[in-house]
Amino acid sequence: MWQFFHKLGSPKWFYGIANRFMPWFLWGGLILLGAGLVWGLAFAPKDYLQGNSYRIIFIHVPAAFLAQSVYLMMASAALVTLVWRMKLADVFVKAIAPVGLILTFLSLFTGAVWGKPTWGTWWVWDARLTSMLILLFLYGGVIALDKAINDEKSAARAVAVLVLVGVVNIPIIKYSVDWWNTLHQPATFKLTEKPSMPMEMWVPLLLSVLGLYLLFGWLACIRMKTEILTRERRTRWVRELVLAGRK
Amino acid sequence: MAFDSLSAFIAMEGHGPYVWTCYAVFVIFLAGLMIGSARRNRAVLEACKRGIEQQGSTTGTRPKAAATFTRVDVSQH
Repeated sequence: MWQFFHKLGSPKWFYGIANRFMPWFLWGGLILLGAGLVWGLAFAPKDYLQGNSYRIIFIHVPAAFLAQSVYLMMASAALVTLVWRMKLADVFVKAIAPVGLILTFLSLFTGAVWGKPTWGTWWVWDARLTSMLILLFLYGGVIALDKAINDEKSAARAVAVLVLVGVVNIPIIKYSVDWWNTLHQPATFKLTEKPSMPMEMWVPLLLSVLGLYLLFGWLACIRMKTEILTRERRTRWVRELVLAGRK
Repeated sequence: MAFDSLSAFIAMEGHGPYVWTCYAVFVIFLAGLMIGSARRNRAVLEACKRGIEQQGSTTGTRPKAAATFTRVDVSQH
């Protein structure tokens, strides 16, 4: 168990594992996301109430879902950074914060464009939308704080604390649609209940969520590899790796 | 297909501009992020390689140049 834990913390070990998984993440993700989006755009039936504008959910829901789950992953890594000082956890946080930022932006943007024909407005200051905007600022704050501190270890600790404080926002996003009267509809995706939408809509949505998850896995791997290379460029294993001409 | 023709598919009964804007922005940002990350990875790898080659050429193969002493004016106060 401890040996496994130490291995997991070793950047060199991670580098090898990432190389093995990345093609699966990339191609699996592209195929699943592509299938989900084409199905959702062209083949899924029209929504009887919202018309065709509902087709935006095939990107809005995956982006919003990932934006929150990326934050939770980041928070778990931040906890590991603080408790065990594991280098790899900090590398993970730094590598995925920009990905989370873009996913959050995409979910806000697609939500706004969907809101115009459906609600008649681009934006309302209701609980769900506002808490999602706060998530965007949290991601931005994490990136800015990391850039502002030069010392690697202090930056890691400060960023981890900020990430953990921001976790309080996640349940607020999740339950905002139940706690307050919001314009936003309740959760589309529930793991515990049967889907409330017909199968022809639900399956493509599931495909695009899974596809985006895999692409996120690929992004996390390649960005972590870059960060590891930058940090460990003076070590022997990086030297050997580079000289061997492998990626 | 949920649509009768290509033009109906593009128009989406008036919702076309909204739907297509979203998909375009989504694809552009996601592809941009992926391509950008891959490029940066390659750039860092190249930089590592260059760094190691330089190091190799100064410390490894070529003997170190003999130390030279030049007079340097250093103020003493």
